[in-house]
Amino acid sequence: MGWTILTRDLKPVTTTSAEPTRRDFLYIATASVGAVGAAAALVPLIAQMNPDASTIAAGAPVEVDISPITEGQVIKVFWRGKPIFINHRTKKEIEEARNVNLASLPDPQPDDKRVKEGKPQWQVLIGICTHLGCIPLAHSGEYNGYFCPCHGSVYDTSGRIRQGPAPANLPLPPYEFVSDTRIRIG
Amino acid sequence: MSGHSTYQPQSAFMKWMERRLPIAGLVYSSFIVYPVPRNLNYWWTFGGILAFLLGAQIVTGIILVMHYTPHADMAFNSVEHIMRDVNYGWLLRYLHSNGASMFFVAVYIHMFRGMYYGSYKEPREVLWILGVILYLLMMATGFLGYTLPWGQMSFWGATVITNFFSAIPVVGESVVTWLWGGFAVGNPTLQRFFSLHYLLPFVIVGVVVLHIWALHMVGQNNPTGIEVKSDKDTVAFTPYATIKDAFFMVCFCVVFGWFVFYMPNYLGHADNYIPANPAVTPNHIVPEWYYLPFYAILRAIPNKLLGVIALFASIGILAFLPWLDTSKVRSANYRPLYRQFFWIFVIVCILLGWLGGKPAEGGYVVAARILTFYYFAHFLIILPILGWVEKTKPLPNSISESILKEGLPAGASGPAPTARH
Repeated sequence: MGWTILTRDLKPVTTTSAEPTRRDFLYIATASVGAVGAAAALVPLIAQMNPDASTIAAGAPVEVDISPITEGQVIKVFWRGKPIFINHRTKKEIEEARNVNLASLPDPQPDDKRVKEGKPQWQVLIGICTHLGCIPLAHSGEYNGYFCPCHGSVYDTSGRIRQGPAPANLPLPPYEFVSDTRIRIG
Repeated sequence: MSGHSTYQPQSAFMKWMERRLPIAGLVYSSFIVYPVPRNLNYWWTFGGILAFLLGAQIVTGIILVMHYTPHADMAFNSVEHIMRDVNYGWLLRYLHSNGASMFFVAVYIHMFRGMYYGSYKEPREVLWILGVILYLLMMATGFLGYTLPWGQMSFWGATVITNFFSAIPVVGESVVTWLWGGFAVGNPTLQRFFSLHYLLPFVIVGVVVLHIWALHMVGQNNPTGIEVKSDKDTVAFTPYATIKDAFFMVCFCVVFGWFVFYMPNYLGHADNYIPANPAVTPNHIVPEWYYLPFYAILRAIPNKLLGVIALFASIGILAFLPWLDTSKVRSANYRPLYRQFFWIFVIVCILLGWLGGKPAEGGYVVAARILTFYYFAHFLIILPILGWVEKTKPLPNSISESILKEGLPAGASGPAPTARH
């Protein structure tokens, strides 16, 4: 160890001894306790920047009544400060989402994996572009799905990335149907 | 800081002081008798201008904080309060916001000056790298400050820039949540950005001290790019450089004032006078003008992670400039080929800036890709090769010789050597 050599330089008497000295022990013990203390002090300094208790509490699940949403309409609700798109898709949109060659997609995922079973008309997405976090516009873009005005990413009617710099499909929030007309997001 | 100070305190008090804290001697040797090359042109005044602007930004910033409220619900209105109610609040805020733009105007001129005259070359590598660090700190400070009014551009600029870090594989999302202090940009984000925006200028002051220290270690470069060889090549900092700096600083302030009083919002975006709305992204979102070339590089790359890497690389590559430029000759005045490539590079940077402000579609993307390639090629291909193949012009024997050749009367060199006694 580096400091053993230093110790020997400082105290030539001990150079003959190959055994660790009490001074070696003090150096190692001081450095270890100091390192542990410094690391422990970093924990609160870094952790305070993570979401605080009130932010997490405000991120509790929200229930949404979806009965007023007519076919072809998209509404935006907020959950955890993120816009959630609830899209009541038309038959044509569902058709378009299903008749796609999956191999041609940048992030292949079948449409039925992106909606709840038996409810293909209800599409629930986190409306945040996976590129740099802008909110895409609904019912726009080449695939009549979503278009992000910031950097030109184009998503289809299933919210899957088709063109542009975004690396992934629009993510799905955790949600479930409480009844036929209510969903709980979160 | 060349050698010991020649400062001789006159009064009894200054003699007493000098033996305890030799600050007067430090100032005397660093800013009065400090020898500067006698051929410095006006491009060398931007260091002083930058120091002045840093001070001005700190003064106006501290005053703005007296009236600003860093809270998501109140920030926008407190800025309007500054603009309408606070005495001269409109002036102080316009000085601060346009001051940031002027700061970048000055730093870009300062950086291109360094590139033209090869000021980054041995032995000034550390001086140059400290400058790159200062530039990065300035960019961070400018970005943080732009979020504080909490308008639409503030909010969405903060969202897009912090999302750069979501490109990091595996931990990206956690890093972004940590930066935000929430699940989206919100009040916790604003408050920490405010805290850091107040901190960073003082970090900049600290690095500026190192920058000037390194400068005084190696001495200033000059338009010939050759080293100072004798006292004949230099003049005293005061009055020669001080007056020249002061004169051009005033000229610069005329331009600054013109922006502040006649077109204070020209360099901003109208969208930022709309309060932040997390539900709607503005249709055309662009950063402040001084980031536009890098924004164009980001958008030129069709892959998210690679785009972010290219953006940071385009700034980071500057730190390696001293080793990428292989030419032994510093000044472009004696490098006929480099001089042309330098101006092409300047034009490429300006064009990238223009493209950064255009929508990312069609021909703009193609042009941005070509120019992004050229930007990196300038550093990685052109500069290394140029050093080997370029036939440089003969260098003058000394700075004073180069001036005398240009027909300056010999008498004009009179006061210079004596000023050092």
